[in-house]
Amino acid sequence: MSRIDATFAALRARGERALVTFFMAGDPSLDVTERLVVEVERRGADVIELGVPFSDPIGDGPVNQRAADRALASGTSLVRVLETVARVRERVRVPIVLLAYYNPIHAFGLKAFARTAAEAGVDGLLVVDLPPEEATDLAAEAATGGLDVVHMVAPTSTPPRLRLIARRSTGFIYVVSRMGVTGERNDVPAELAAQVRSLRMVTTKPICVGFGIAKPEQVAAVAEMADGVIVGSAIVRMMEGGRSASLVDDVAGFIAELKAPLRKP
Amino acid sequence: MSLPDALGHFGRYGGRYVPETLMSPLIELQRAYAAARRDRKFQARLRMLMTEYAGRPTPLYFAERLTEHAGGARIYLKREDLCHTGAHKINNVLGQGLLAQRMKKHRVIAETGAGQHGVATATIAALLGQECEVYMGAEDVERQALNVFRMKLLGAKVITVESGSRTLKDAVNEALRDWVTNVRTTYYVLGSALGPHPYPMMVRDFHTVIGKETKAQARKMIGRLPDVVVACVGGGSNAIGLFHPFIGDRKTRIIGVEPGGHGVASGKHGATLTAGRPGVLHGSMSYLLQNDDGQVAIAHSISAGLDYPGVGPEHAYYRDLGRFEFTSVTDEEAVQGFQTLSRTEGIMPALESSHAVAYAVRLAKQMPRSKAIVVGLSGRGDKDVHVIAKALGVSI
Repeated sequence: MSRIDATFAALRARGERALVTFFMAGDPSLDVTERLVVEVERRGADVIELGVPFSDPIGDGPVNQRAADRALASGTSLVRVLETVARVRERVRVPIVLLAYYNPIHAFGLKAFARTAAEAGVDGLLVVDLPPEEATDLAAEAATGGLDVVHMVAPTSTPPRLRLIARRSTGFIYVVSRMGVTGERNDVPAELAAQVRSLRMVTTKPICVGFGIAKPEQVAAVAEMADGVIVGSAIVRMMEGGRSASLVDDVAGFIAELKAPLRKP
Repeated sequence: MSLPDALGHFGRYGGRYVPETLMSPLIELQRAYAAARRDRKFQARLRMLMTEYAGRPTPLYFAERLTEHAGGARIYLKREDLCHTGAHKINNVLGQGLLAQRMKKHRVIAETGAGQHGVATATIAALLGQECEVYMGAEDVERQALNVFRMKLLGAKVITVESGSRTLKDAVNEALRDWVTNVRTTYYVLGSALGPHPYPMMVRDFHTVIGKETKAQARKMIGRLPDVVVACVGGGSNAIGLFHPFIGDRKTRIIGVEPGGHGVASGKHGATLTAGRPGVLHGSMSYLLQNDDGQVAIAHSISAGLDYPGVGPEHAYYRDLGRFEFTSVTDEEAVQGFQTLSRTEGIMPALESSHAVAYAVRLAKQMPRSKAIVVGLSGRGDKDVHVIAKALGVSI
């Protein structure tokens, strides 16, 4: 059983929902990232998605684009992200999923990447521009290293695609709750409940919902239907202020607010 | 031969590397395109517009004075610069515009580098009554101000892209972000033979009219097929259109000319197939200018239309097979090519096409008069006059 599977099993047993948090590795620096991982776990994140910066993030809105620019400007590379995970892994037990675009992984070499990531203590991979059709090679290498490969379903995914993605996704399934790129919104889409229901018909794997979720009220609403709630841009935006002394504490405090509605009443 | 395969692969290249939100729409597009190909009414309408609206067939022209200037093989020009809107781009947008109409998408978006594809898309949108928005990098908006104004005159909205390198690459990023948001109502008119399947195949198919006409015209004028066909390669749309019908004709050499910028050794260039490595950008696997960490490099070319760090996947495939050869021409040589053709033939080529002209002159010098070279003259150069002036140190 992978660390991600064990996490969701434990949460289910307790009747809790997962808080999945995203932030960009290296924004503003990998030292801060390391401290964030530790604090974010301590304050209630159940899974951490760590962004690997890419020069051309076509699936991301302005907030995450700027974060990637800052991370690249601070000298962050895939190999340095893996080194950071290896260091922080000695201090945390929380599952870590790398959220990446395919080219840096391809440039690293699939076999070398999967081995290095597994040794560093990475638990899963989510590659934004790698649908199941193109993911066969990476999935094979990931399986060898015991890494989960998480796939996304979108509002446009047809029933045959829901089945394909449900079959190929391991660890959990990421439901993209709305059309478009990443970024904070105020509402929860009306169609989301139906989207999650149709996915439940074809899978028993944990379902986590992301895109546009930024506030504890939205987290509470999504928790009614999903096993986990993913918050990204709202956390990333807090990094925009720069290197204020209280940055890590501020983010950790926000994590605690987000986790509150997910705990068992 | 039938490439790509059903998932859009040319060997290891091509494919669909996009967020899941775009997967079903791309499959829908692939089906709609397949149906349009079988639809005689669609094909008849496209042929009619290609002839009566775009001005096809374009001439194959023997450039006698250019040939004398080079002093070797005979040089022929395939005059895509004479197409409506002044470049080959119209072939593709007519096809895609009609397809958008057939799919009942009333809003079209496009990216543009030099502005040629943007102007062509705005033109077709006006013709077909579609709402049109064009993404263009801020740097290109500046260096191609005339085309920006043309698009506006045609009723399109031009959106300036300030992110990244502020050129074509970033315009594609923004167009993809728009499409992923509005895909249910919007058709993305991709302008080159790249991106996720079915775009590389579809754009190629709409442009192969260039190569098919060239073959028929060459048989009449030269009495046989040319010994060499040459075209500039940025994304590679005019090149694949000229080259593709010649792939099976083993006696014809096929040469793509990439933008050498300040010289490939300088690192400031856009010679993807000469100096890049396989990677994924904008939805397909192909050659890519990138650093060791897999971050996409910033291309450089004096020609906005070639200023792109990727290239169409079919070019990558035939490069590896050795069927297509690739070389590069610097900014300076391209400017010389522009001047040479202007003065010997009274034809001002686009800066993109000037790369192919410059290389053809270089190549012709090494070949006897009995040989024939066809140059894809992809566009006209009026839009580039101010860039040429700046390069020559002239203020106008």
